[in-house]
Amino acid sequence: MDALEILFTATFWAAAIRIASPLIFATMGELICERAGVLNLGIEGIMTAGAFAGWFTVYAGGDLWTGVVVAALAGAMFGLLHAALTVPLGLSQHVVGIGVTLLATSLTYFTYRLLLPEVTSPPKIAPFQPWPIPGLSAIPVVGEALFNQTPLTYLAFLAVAVVAWVLNRTPLGLAIGAAGENPAAVEAQGISVTGIRMGAVIAGSALMAVGGAFLTMSAFNSFFFEMINGRGWIAIALVVFGSWRPGKALLGAILFAAFDAFQVRLQQLSGGVVPYQVFLMMPYVLSILALVLVARRATYPKALMIPYQKGER
Amino acid sequence: MRLEPKPQPSLVAALIYPLAAIAATMGFAALLVLAAGASPLSVFELVARGAAGSQFALLETLTRATPLIFTGLAVAVAFRARLWNIGAEAQLYIGAVVTVVLGTGALPLPAVVLVPVIMAAAMLAGALLLAGPAFLKTRFGVDEVVTTLLLNFIVLLFVSMLLEGPLKDPMGLGWPQSQKVIAEAQLPRLIQGKRLHLGFVLALVAAAVCWVLMKKTALGYEMRAVGHSPEAARFAGIPVNRVLMKTAFLSGGLAALAGFSEVAGLKGNLTLDLSPGFGYSGIVVAMLAMLNPLGVVLSAIFVAGIFVGADAMSRSAGVPSYIADVMVATALLSMVTALLFARYRVRWR
Amino acid sequence: MQPGARPEAETVLRLSGITKRFGALTANDGISLALARGEVVALLGENGAGKTTLMNILFGHYVADEGSVEAFGRLLPPGDPRAALAAGIGMVHQHFTLADNMTALENIALGTESLWRPTLDRSGARQRIARLSADFGLAVAPDAMVGVLSVGERQRVEILKALYREARILILDEPTAVLTPAETDALFATLRKLTATGLSIIFISHKLNEVLAVADRVLVLRGGRLVGERPTKGASRQELAALMVGQEVEAPRVAARPPGPPALALEGVSTARRGTGVALRGLTLTLHAGEITGLAGVSGNGQAALAGVISGMETPTAGVVSVAGQAMRGWSPRAAIAAGIGRIPEDRHAVGSIADMSVTENVISERYRSPRFSRSGLLDWAAARAFAETLIRDYDVRCPSPDTRIRLLSGGNMQKLILGRALDGNPSVILANQPARGLDVGAVAYVHKRLVAARDRGAAVLLISEDLDEIMALSDRILVISGGALSRPSLRGERSIRDLGALMAGHAGEPEGVDAA
Repeated sequence: MDALEILFTATFWAAAIRIASPLIFATMGELICERAGVLNLGIEGIMTAGAFAGWFTVYAGGDLWTGVVVAALAGAMFGLLHAALTVPLGLSQHVVGIGVTLLATSLTYFTYRLLLPEVTSPPKIAPFQPWPIPGLSAIPVVGEALFNQTPLTYLAFLAVAVVAWVLNRTPLGLAIGAAGENPAAVEAQGISVTGIRMGAVIAGSALMAVGGAFLTMSAFNSFFFEMINGRGWIAIALVVFGSWRPGKALLGAILFAAFDAFQVRLQQLSGGVVPYQVFLMMPYVLSILALVLVARRATYPKALMIPYQKGER
Repeated sequence: MRLEPKPQPSLVAALIYPLAAIAATMGFAALLVLAAGASPLSVFELVARGAAGSQFALLETLTRATPLIFTGLAVAVAFRARLWNIGAEAQLYIGAVVTVVLGTGALPLPAVVLVPVIMAAAMLAGALLLAGPAFLKTRFGVDEVVTTLLLNFIVLLFVSMLLEGPLKDPMGLGWPQSQKVIAEAQLPRLIQGKRLHLGFVLALVAAAVCWVLMKKTALGYEMRAVGHSPEAARFAGIPVNRVLMKTAFLSGGLAALAGFSEVAGLKGNLTLDLSPGFGYSGIVVAMLAMLNPLGVVLSAIFVAGIFVGADAMSRSAGVPSYIADVMVATALLSMVTALLFARYRVRWR
Repeated sequence: MQPGARPEAETVLRLSGITKRFGALTANDGISLALARGEVVALLGENGAGKTTLMNILFGHYVADEGSVEAFGRLLPPGDPRAALAAGIGMVHQHFTLADNMTALENIALGTESLWRPTLDRSGARQRIARLSADFGLAVAPDAMVGVLSVGERQRVEILKALYREARILILDEPTAVLTPAETDALFATLRKLTATGLSIIFISHKLNEVLAVADRVLVLRGGRLVGERPTKGASRQELAALMVGQEVEAPRVAARPPGPPALALEGVSTARRGTGVALRGLTLTLHAGEITGLAGVSGNGQAALAGVISGMETPTAGVVSVAGQAMRGWSPRAAIAAGIGRIPEDRHAVGSIADMSVTENVISERYRSPRFSRSGLLDWAAARAFAETLIRDYDVRCPSPDTRIRLLSGGNMQKLILGRALDGNPSVILANQPARGLDVGAVAYVHKRLVAARDRGAAVLLISEDLDEIMALSDRILVISGGALSRPSLRGERSIRDLGALMAGHAGEPEGVDAA
């Protein structure tokens, strides 16, 4: 098959959407944090924790949706830790973020070993199955690509819509956006900056964790070490690429996933002439390129990474 | 609540807060040990014994500390100038690649010449690797945290490519590993028959050099000034971008030495598991040392001791050795928190 | 009895015995005051007298160590801005608290509805804002991004924020600092309309004229204490000034002398536009040796760009900078220092000093590469420390030791160190950008004395200030900057405050800048 023909097949786009789903969750989670003024570098570890928590809940006999909720709670817990250290205490968001990633990852691995000391190969669960949407899934190409996915993918798209609505339309969204731009404006209107920022980080972290859970509960059916594989860092690049807007970030994630799906197909077509590692590098290289591309005109939330103390101006 | 700066911290306070952080770390670890159904006291004893309970244990800890001193220094100098180098892992691997490329017979030189040449080449490679993100930061304003993190993945894939391609050991039974470096490229062992090698001495020298650099030289002063306030540094006539580039060179070079010393001093060849996250642990080492180069030596030995001790403990007590990673991460978070309280007091009203 | 308010007027606000300490400093010391319905009370005091602290306590940003706040007969819980807002207190801060990435409407509506409402009621908000704008002369485009609004417009948004919440008490913190005289007049007209509806106002200022023009009653604060209370009617300027300052301050004596040769010249200098800042377009300026040139103007009219060029922070996109007749190439802060320009930056905390470094480390920051402090890349800390000790002694800096982090010093002491650093080595040109802002009276006098001394020994001084009194007291020659262009210079005493004010507003009956065509 010709490489470009791939771009018009439904299976290709279905794969792209599948690859995009965890990134969408993670990107939305990070976006909420950053709009409120907090860079959350705990993302990689929080996704790891979510992946494990969701999967283990199901493995231990829980139902799939319970697994999603448990994953979100695990994410929220690490979000709370991150928020407590960076918001009221104002510690370096870089250092704390890295620390939370290290802690969440190592705690997850520790717990995995503790709960499953005997296993040699990771045990499997019955993951989410595709949920064709009646009617819509019958549309040629688009139907199969978009409307024959697992419920978690639909949830990812729903998350974008909700995040976009909240940030753009609601009083709460205004307060979040203002907290990341000029926290004093929020405080002066009688809203607690600490509350808004902590809430944003906790909610964002819960979303990231669900992104991790997508991998163990929808894309695959088991948990293995290092499975997040830099997706968290890519999500951070996507937030910048999407100019901190949910819609643009969604497009970025899908575009990115399409490239990723495309390189997998290319890899199959190349017949081993080019080392496979070159293809595997592409997502990371692409993320760096995307950052360079938008860096000049990126308008960061002005108070991003700047701690705020009450009464400060 | 509100944070107010304290006047000059007293010596007692400077000691009490870090100790409290270590206590908090131990407390959290004790909970995990209890969860694993073991007794914290006996587990801690096993860890301590495994880390420093015998000559063998102690030497093993110092051996493990060697790469951590290098990566810790790399992070310490970079963070001082507020260059967020989270890519020490990648720089380490590039240093190892250069060591293997030049050390497997390509340069037929006597050891006294070959080893310094390889060291210099490895440092240069690591320096150039970090110079990229530093350039993107100074020139385009691209956040170096994300670029250095992503480079870790790229470089590891690159190494994997090399190990399955040009650098693959033909005698390696198909494993992705390189050939061994020749005898002239190896760092001698410090004690006959033990694993501790000259790399440890080099790490101590590097720490001393970094300390002098930060405390006594104009460049060290510039780096600290840029780290504290780029705007004020620029106003005072300090060439901020140039200082950041110099910092990147120094930091990348130091991290590459970790890879060099692991290959030339310990492993002899390059594999994909050369580093169990020395680059990331370097961040913890540097933060525990409060970015002080001499402190890095102590904190690297401390962190290495936890890893080595936990390995030994896990074999006998059945508590997963990942508890070491948990302790190290907890130590990082509790230490930065403790240092905050050492400098600020919390007023609730 | 409070003149200006009807005798039977109810008391809307009562502060009783407010005391607030920051470490060793007592910012407010047992202050009590009462505000009547429809009354304008001015809080007069020097910078650092405790005005802003008092208002931050009233508004709940700070919690007082002692004392209580009562609004409309009800005690306010301490440290709760929400309670203050709910009680009908609105505050317009000196530094605006607006989010630039949101519209005026969004800024005004922020926090006025439950955060959990599914949508923001934009049309309702738009109607109410339009009505308030019309009623009180506060013209604002509700859907404009705040980031693109002028300073005057932003202030109107701030006032609308308070009115939108139906504030009955309005606190204005130094509201005129950023306004032209004409905008100030419009503001006062708005305030009169507001008091006519029964709103009460606390007006914080250190400018006597304004206080006398707008207030019914004046309270004078000094060193954290309430030192006097006068009805405006019949109050004398002299008496208020004496109360405010507390001590006879010797005005710097500036003896007339002929100017020397040009020390620094900018010819046709232009700068790049940065954000909302005003850029320079072909600006020409010459500073003469032995002369203080005062640059007056409303903040944000190109002062930042001009100071940026002279300090080396900004590289001109066109034009020539020459020092002592020598055209400069490769302009940078380092080049400016090397050319003998002593610089006192506007922001001493973020630009002039490195907060977390010691006094010693800060004072050598411009000269650490000189043979005096380093040899072949190695720093001579003994020499650096000796230099710091010299500055501490010569400039009368109060600090525990040269090893103290500069963050822990008071503003005045920090400024003295920056002054000492800038004047070290007798620079031929001195850029003093707002050198006295935020300092206490003693420190102001000290800074002025040093600048005049530098001028007397032959330095060319550019004094940039928003305080016309300061400009008029010190300058041999006065320029006004407006919209990035300079007015024709006037000599000492040639123009009145009113004339300068007109120039500052940018509508004067004379050609401005260089392009008179």
